[in-house]
Amino acid sequence: MERYTLSVLVENNPGVLSRVVGLFSRRGFNIHSLSVGTTNDPHVSRITIEVNGDALTVEQVSKQLSKIMEVIKIKTLRDSEIVKRGLALVKIKVTPKTRSEVIEITNVFRANIVDISPNTLTVEITGHERKVNAFLDLVDAYGIEELSRTGMTALERGANILKLDK
Amino acid sequence: MRMTGAEMVVKTLEKNGVEVVFGYPGAANCPIIDKLSLSSVKHILTRNEQGAAHMASGYARVTKRAGVCTATSGPGATNLITGIATAYMDSVPMVALTGQVATPLIGKDAFQEVDITGATLPFTKHSYLIKDGLDIPRVVNEAFHIAETGRPGPVLIDFPMDLLKAEYDYPDEDDNVSIRGYKITGKANESQVKKVAEAIKSSKKPVILAGGGIVISDAVNELRKFVKETDIPVVSTMMGIGVLPGDHHSYYGMIGSHGVKRANMIFNRADTVIVMGSRLGDRTVAHIKGLEDGNKLIHIDIDPAEIGKNVQPYIPVVGDIKDVLEQLTPLMSGYKAEKEWVRETEELRARFTHEPFSEDNGFVNPKYFMTVLSEKTHSDAYVSTEVGQNQIWTANNYNFKTPRAFLTSGGFGTMGYGLPAAIGASVAAKGEKPVIAVMGDGSFQMDLPEMGTMAYWDIPVKMVLFKNGRLGMVHEHQFLLYKANYQAVNIEGTPDFEMLAKAYGFNTSTVKENSGVGKAIDKMLADDKSYLLVVEVNPFEPTGDVLNEAPLPRKEDN
Repeated sequence: MERYTLSVLVENNPGVLSRVVGLFSRRGFNIHSLSVGTTNDPHVSRITIEVNGDALTVEQVSKQLSKIMEVIKIKTLRDSEIVKRGLALVKIKVTPKTRSEVIEITNVFRANIVDISPNTLTVEITGHERKVNAFLDLVDAYGIEELSRTGMTALERGANILKLDK
Repeated sequence: MRMTGAEMVVKTLEKNGVEVVFGYPGAANCPIIDKLSLSSVKHILTRNEQGAAHMASGYARVTKRAGVCTATSGPGATNLITGIATAYMDSVPMVALTGQVATPLIGKDAFQEVDITGATLPFTKHSYLIKDGLDIPRVVNEAFHIAETGRPGPVLIDFPMDLLKAEYDYPDEDDNVSIRGYKITGKANESQVKKVAEAIKSSKKPVILAGGGIVISDAVNELRKFVKETDIPVVSTMMGIGVLPGDHHSYYGMIGSHGVKRANMIFNRADTVIVMGSRLGDRTVAHIKGLEDGNKLIHIDIDPAEIGKNVQPYIPVVGDIKDVLEQLTPLMSGYKAEKEWVRETEELRARFTHEPFSEDNGFVNPKYFMTVLSEKTHSDAYVSTEVGQNQIWTANNYNFKTPRAFLTSGGFGTMGYGLPAAIGASVAAKGEKPVIAVMGDGSFQMDLPEMGTMAYWDIPVKMVLFKNGRLGMVHEHQFLLYKANYQAVNIEGTPDFEMLAKAYGFNTSTVKENSGVGKAIDKMLADDKSYLLVVEVNPFEPTGDVLNEAPLPRKEDN
């Protein structure tokens, strides 16, 4: 099993996401992570889906997705071909004694502190899944009060772009 | 021009050449029903929305055009669901028009509200919920385009009733449909087609598996030409029945778990299988692994997602089979299938074809009945079936000679399909050919109120009812797999079917012996109205030729 990232350009219509996600559950494919947002064209959204599977399964996913009318374009990418980022917001338990340690770790990871209270620090960390996991493993010792993570979003490396046919 | 939403719907239906809408009214689709009455489009009232969907499907299978059905919101819409799913699984073009509660009430659990676009998402080719009445002409045009092109399928449009009633300035007409996310498969890749030709030429034992795609793509003549030139033996799926005449010297019958033994054996002995327009479903090919390992599989389909979905092919070809055959046939000039192989298939035909039992023994042999029915109709009829033993008896014993003559729920296996599908076919056939609905006493009772539709609209359907007081196929299944523990399959004590048909004004008769079959069929076909012929069948009559034969494709058969 390998990790693939599907970059899917879709019409920015209501209901598109349920068509895409419904297809995965209906056909027994698993989504590892998912993120959605509009592109520079307001009529077009990009859905980035990470899936685990062999090449044939992923090809089948992609072909089934292509059949959705509102799916305009799909590209299947391997990890080596893309830059991929996810974001996490972590509320970490701190005491006056541990606060500076947590800030230090945050700085090492080039993460940002976005909120602070007497007993907590909320950190925003962006990056590849592995980097975010490494950060979470470290701060887990202090106590993670709450965690919210996004799916991965990705773009192909180099000059290649996923273009719409005019 | 000022126009209501419903007027725009009807106007666009007319523009798309729609002659008939099968439907059932309710508050939410009433604006459409109202405007249909003022148009050239006929509305045929059914007895259940499910019947409307199946009628649209039967109509579509005969005409190649999208069948249209309509239902109101909520339960009306959900009653369409089985019909829509049936159409989806057999790639039948259909446009379903549902009423929806008024826009401000959507999401409020209003009376008769259901999220029908959500409910039908898995088995529609596409669906729309109208948000702006001005979109109506474009959406209806798109729906027909999507339903009828590429791999056909059902499209549902949900119309909130306030938008159907509101008035709009009819938008500037532009009927050209352009959907950037809709990719219709074009011509196949030349080099792939060349590879196919080479693979066939280098094979010793090629066989063609003809699927429903050949029917849908209107490639029957191209296939017949290809077979005539190459002599390659042909077997078919259930949806492919009729692409070659049943008695054609190169045709060996249907394969699969309910196929005929000779076809399955030929399929298994082949070293190269050319699959044309079939998705290789589990009822067609039971042992997929053997197929991948044992022989070279060439898979030609218009839908790229079908390639590699169930079986990994040796040579995949994405293309419309009509185009592919046009590309392939010239490459095969001079080629003939090896005589030795053709002789082998002929031997199998001789060994595994037997005349059906036709002596009198207190029951009618349904297989014999179907052979007589073919002769009496000269194979020139539309024959629909339900699902169960009646379907398989028809598939394997009626001599279909043309495509689109066998109307059956192959993929979804929907009981209650055959009678309404026959009604739709009869409306489409306009009396040109007899329409025969072959049913069992279980499936008949699923949609029998549609006899009311036949009676009211004077739509002639010849109903052949194989009566054995059982849900025959499950009965057989329980015999084979549940140690004859017959449960929930005995439906004796059902109504007197003849009296029931008479109540609708139809003539009827019953046949109990093989010797009476010919006369009974003559009488049925001579009647100019709908007719019920009850055919008494032994509850232990097997689906296949001999009990336990059920010839699943297996390597061991070789």
